[in-house]
Amino acid sequence: MSANLLAVFYLISGVLFILALRGLSSPETSRKGNLFGIIGMAIAIIMTLMSIGNFSTGFFYLILLLLVGGSIGAFIAFKIPMTAMPELVAGFHSLVGLAAVFVAISAFLNPEVFNLGSFGNIKIASLIEMSLGASIGAITFTGSIIAFLKLRGIMSGNPITFIAQHYINLLLGLSTVVLIFYLCKTQLDSFFWLIIAISFLLGILLIIPIGGADMPVVISMLNSYSGWAAAGIGFTLENTALIITGALVGSSGAILSYIMCKGMNRSFFNVILGGFGGNEESSSGKVKEQKPVKSGNSDDAAFLMKNASSVIIVPGYGMAVAQAQHALREMVDALKKNGVKVSYAIHPVAGRMPGHMNVLLAEANVPYDEVFELEEINNDFANCDVAYVIGANDVTNPAGKSDPQSPIYGMPILEVEKSKSVLFVKRSLSPGYAGIDNDLFYRDNTLMLFADAKKMTEDIIKNL
Amino acid sequence: MEIDPFIFRLSIFILSIFIGYYVVWSVTPSLHTPLMSVTNAISSVIIVGAIIASLAGNTGNIFNTASIFGYLAIILAAVNIFGGFLVTQRMLAMYKKKKKSK
Repeated sequence: MSANLLAVFYLISGVLFILALRGLSSPETSRKGNLFGIIGMAIAIIMTLMSIGNFSTGFFYLILLLLVGGSIGAFIAFKIPMTAMPELVAGFHSLVGLAAVFVAISAFLNPEVFNLGSFGNIKIASLIEMSLGASIGAITFTGSIIAFLKLRGIMSGNPITFIAQHYINLLLGLSTVVLIFYLCKTQLDSFFWLIIAISFLLGILLIIPIGGADMPVVISMLNSYSGWAAAGIGFTLENTALIITGALVGSSGAILSYIMCKGMNRSFFNVILGGFGGNEESSSGKVKEQKPVKSGNSDDAAFLMKNASSVIIVPGYGMAVAQAQHALREMVDALKKNGVKVSYAIHPVAGRMPGHMNVLLAEANVPYDEVFELEEINNDFANCDVAYVIGANDVTNPAGKSDPQSPIYGMPILEVEKSKSVLFVKRSLSPGYAGIDNDLFYRDNTLMLFADAKKMTEDIIKNL
Repeated sequence: MEIDPFIFRLSIFILSIFIGYYVVWSVTPSLHTPLMSVTNAISSVIIVGAIIASLAGNTGNIFNTASIFGYLAIILAAVNIFGGFLVTQRMLAMYKKKKKSK
């Protein structure tokens, strides 16, 4: 197969990948979109094999490796519970990153295959491209591993900070640039290994200061990195499919990071520099501790909701932790039988990754046209009888609107306080991740339900 | 004067970033998680680099260092391709519309 024909097929793959993302603009078209993505991938792989045309022993190993990797992937995809989706995505990002590093190493050791010159005499442009690809890939790899460990709870979600942290990162980043310069000048492979090693270290150091609840930004950011790494390798290998895909994924991750940051009213740099969240005490923390709260039981909650004409459910990370989504759907079904109108309100940063809550609700068979985003539903709280807040906290805190002293001031919030009564399922009065007290707990129209989210919801069902 | 092919690739890259920008903004927020898993799957198209690295041009010896890194990359990318597309499929299958009540 001629190189030109192959390039045309790579272009077709690239277009199919664009269509795959385009399909996600609505749930109806999304399944078709995914199919386009699969076809695009199949075309890219099969045409590459045809272009090599070497059906010897190597080919046999290749199929074997594809099967091994493929069955591991398929096994994970079918077994993974939906609540573990953030970890899964972080884990997958790490694999893309490491694959990019390996391909870069392979190209560096055997540049003839890709017409990049010969070992020790590689084209300067290619050297820069493969170093960048390898470096970003390495950062993606170790960064995603740390994100994975934090999400999985193996590593504490508290930010790890130390003195001069950011200067060390800056220094490491700059030294990578300097090393790439010397690599181009001398072609010495030790510089190449050093670049990769430093990038591995940098990946770890970049993610450890970022707190657990900032993970939506981190995951999106690493998604973006994995794209840029792929694009870097695409330039090295002069492969259009990789360049197009890398650019798509890179901008996709960047946009998601932007949306997540906006959802928290924090700048990207503020998140990246980290140190936010965890156990820090904040300005308005201790003072209000003594205020009286009204607490109730499942009976009260059931009574309130049964007699309401409309209920809005506000799920948060706590729902995912308690695996309460199925119980929640049952409760809603029971309410609907009583003629109550129910909808769901989702804050952009609810959960640990973009769209986390939507997937969990979809898993529990909640129709997606009952689920609304913040802007769509925020005005409805004023006309709703009961807001049922399950596992969310900071995203409902009125301090986001009213208290300029508060660290979350300016963050868009779900205005649950406007509804006639608020049911707040929570295990204790402890502040949310931002370490700030929620004024909502002490309002007259708030009824605190102190229990595990799943258990409380199940108890309410019994009383309906 | 001839234009360096690099410039063409750079043009593709820059234009693709813009395509990505507009396409991703049109993705509905409720599908952001599938978006991440599918972008993850498609970025594993890096496997074509791994295949070329491990198979093309190897002269007799299929287990030199460069090929071995290629093989490892193939496994990693294959995990991602199958895992990414299948998990996306699984998630998307769950998004259902409200049944029309009769």
